[in-house]
Amino acid sequence: MKILIVEDEPALLKTLVDSLTKEYFVIETANDFYSAEEKMELYDYDCILLDIMLPNGSGLQLLEQLKKAGKQGNVIIISAKDSLDDKLKGLELGADDYLTKPFHIAELNARIKAVIRRNQLDGKNTIEIANTVLDLKERTFVVNNTIVPLNRKEFDILNYFLLNKNRLVTKTALAEHVWGDNTDQADNYDFIYYQIKNLRKKLTEAKAEIEIEAVYGIGYKLTEQ
Amino acid sequence: MKLLNKSLIYLSVSLFFVIGLWTVVFYFNMFREIKESIDEGLENYKRQIIYQAQKDPTILNKKTFAEGFFAIREISQAQAVAMTDTYTDTIMLMQDADDEAPEPEPVRLLKTAFENHGKYYELRVINSMVEEDDLVKELFREALGLYLLLIAIIIFINNFVLQRLWKPFYSFLNQLKKYRIGNKFPEVKTETQEFNDLQKAVTILLQRNAETYEQQKQFIGNASHELQTPLAIATNKLELLIEKGNLQPEQAENIAETINIIERLVRLNKSLLLLTKIENNQFLDNKTVSFNEVVKQSVNDLEEIADYKNVTISVSETSELTAHMNLSLAYAVVSNLLRNAVFHNTENGTVTVTISEKAITIRNTGSKTPISETQLFSRFHKTESNTNGTGLGLAIVKAICDLYEFPIVYRFENDLHCFELRIK
Repeated sequence: MKILIVEDEPALLKTLVDSLTKEYFVIETANDFYSAEEKMELYDYDCILLDIMLPNGSGLQLLEQLKKAGKQGNVIIISAKDSLDDKLKGLELGADDYLTKPFHIAELNARIKAVIRRNQLDGKNTIEIANTVLDLKERTFVVNNTIVPLNRKEFDILNYFLLNKNRLVTKTALAEHVWGDNTDQADNYDFIYYQIKNLRKKLTEAKAEIEIEAVYGIGYKLTEQ
Repeated sequence: MKLLNKSLIYLSVSLFFVIGLWTVVFYFNMFREIKESIDEGLENYKRQIIYQAQKDPTILNKKTFAEGFFAIREISQAQAVAMTDTYTDTIMLMQDADDEAPEPEPVRLLKTAFENHGKYYELRVINSMVEEDDLVKELFREALGLYLLLIAIIIFINNFVLQRLWKPFYSFLNQLKKYRIGNKFPEVKTETQEFNDLQKAVTILLQRNAETYEQQKQFIGNASHELQTPLAIATNKLELLIEKGNLQPEQAENIAETINIIERLVRLNKSLLLLTKIENNQFLDNKTVSFNEVVKQSVNDLEEIADYKNVTISVSETSELTAHMNLSLAYAVVSNLLRNAVFHNTENGTVTVTISEKAITIRNTGSKTPISETQLFSRFHKTESNTNGTGLGLAIVKAICDLYEFPIVYRFENDLHCFELRIK
């Protein structure tokens, strides 16, 4: 999987590279309009992370050029601008997703994987890890060929963890992803602990070969046993 | 008090004194005039009598006023020489046509001396004068009439003329009352220079105000906006650091705390940006929103948090409630109110949501004391110091309600905190 990151802020670029390298992606970077334009013209990428405000030009312009060239880019716009206008325009121009800064690494990871999966030609929409299969289309979870019933939120939590296998998922990232963006007053995320406890119980009972472990009290990590 | 009435009061008071003074002056002048004219008449009589006496000496025998308006008495030469013409006011008993018996009447009396065929006589001629109290009475009546007439005219002028003159001013004032920052500046067409000057001055003031407001808004927007990237870097770096592992528990704890603080900053920032955007009116895609649906979804999102806090949320709907607004703002209002009700609740508490035809009411158990309504919706107002919230939740609710002109009311009744959101 080849990914192009177009971002002009060096520190952010570096953390993105660090994080995505862990997923065994091949990563290329561009930090201004022209170098991004060149790379996008010359190569094909499985996913492009695109900042809108760039030196010498706008990310939206790059998106337009990409579309004109007929390239399927799987573009995710990363912008500090949480403006609906930009969002709509970006999606209209063919971007696959729009992520507002600041974001959690887990969230970006999940979005990239979701975008890549959505655009894969075989149309397979399942995540298979160890002896488990999560079917995103049917919204079912199968362990050892037996369906384990999950409620809507348990399914979303598991999906998020599976997309972030072996990665840290902070409670905040999980809360924002599963319980929505309006978590302004969530003074603590302790309630998540109970959700995870239920999920763990179901995983153990079904003898799933994956487990969710706590990470220093700040979040969790899903690993294969 | 209105300007029109005020000017009326000033005018009527000053007119009262002016007319009063004028009446007094007029009275004395007229009285002097009357006397002069009577004196001239007396002088005339005197000449006629003297002239007649030369032709007809019988006149000289009229010694009293009984038969006429003059009396003649013989005097010595010395007396006659010493005498000059004198006019005096005196009272005499007289009977007018309308009097039954003679009554004392004011008369003007001329005393003079003349010579007739070597003899000297004293002549006294009288003429009845105007009665002073009658004159005063009459004059007072006239002055009062004039005063009332003038007042009536002034009221008329005030109402019809001044009101017309002040019309641009009142129209300007009304526009100014309705003015909100971002609206068109108040403007009236008028020829009056003062009003034009006022308009110019106010417009300059408003412009400056609008600019300041705009700058402030931009500052908050930019500041929040520019913070996004550094915050992103900070969170992501710390997340990667934790992910790497090999940390002492104490170090991990510190990093976790730092992440929490940064996340709080992120929430604060997001809320400020949201507030700025609401106030900038940047949410334009209004559509028909079902509040029943929004409440259902928001309650669903809060279920686990409420369970964890042992708070029961119940919803009762008596009617379908819709509004024309932005969907994400509808969610922001409802979810912030619900979160507020859940987080400021007690163990085993309740949250009751009632959706009626015109309003959503959210009642929750909580602290036993009411909250001051003025502080409640202000930014960064916090009731408990230990919460990790931004203190902007209700400010956001208020801003959205203001934007759509939905009244929101807080009440404390039966030990329940009650928020009522009325949808027009």
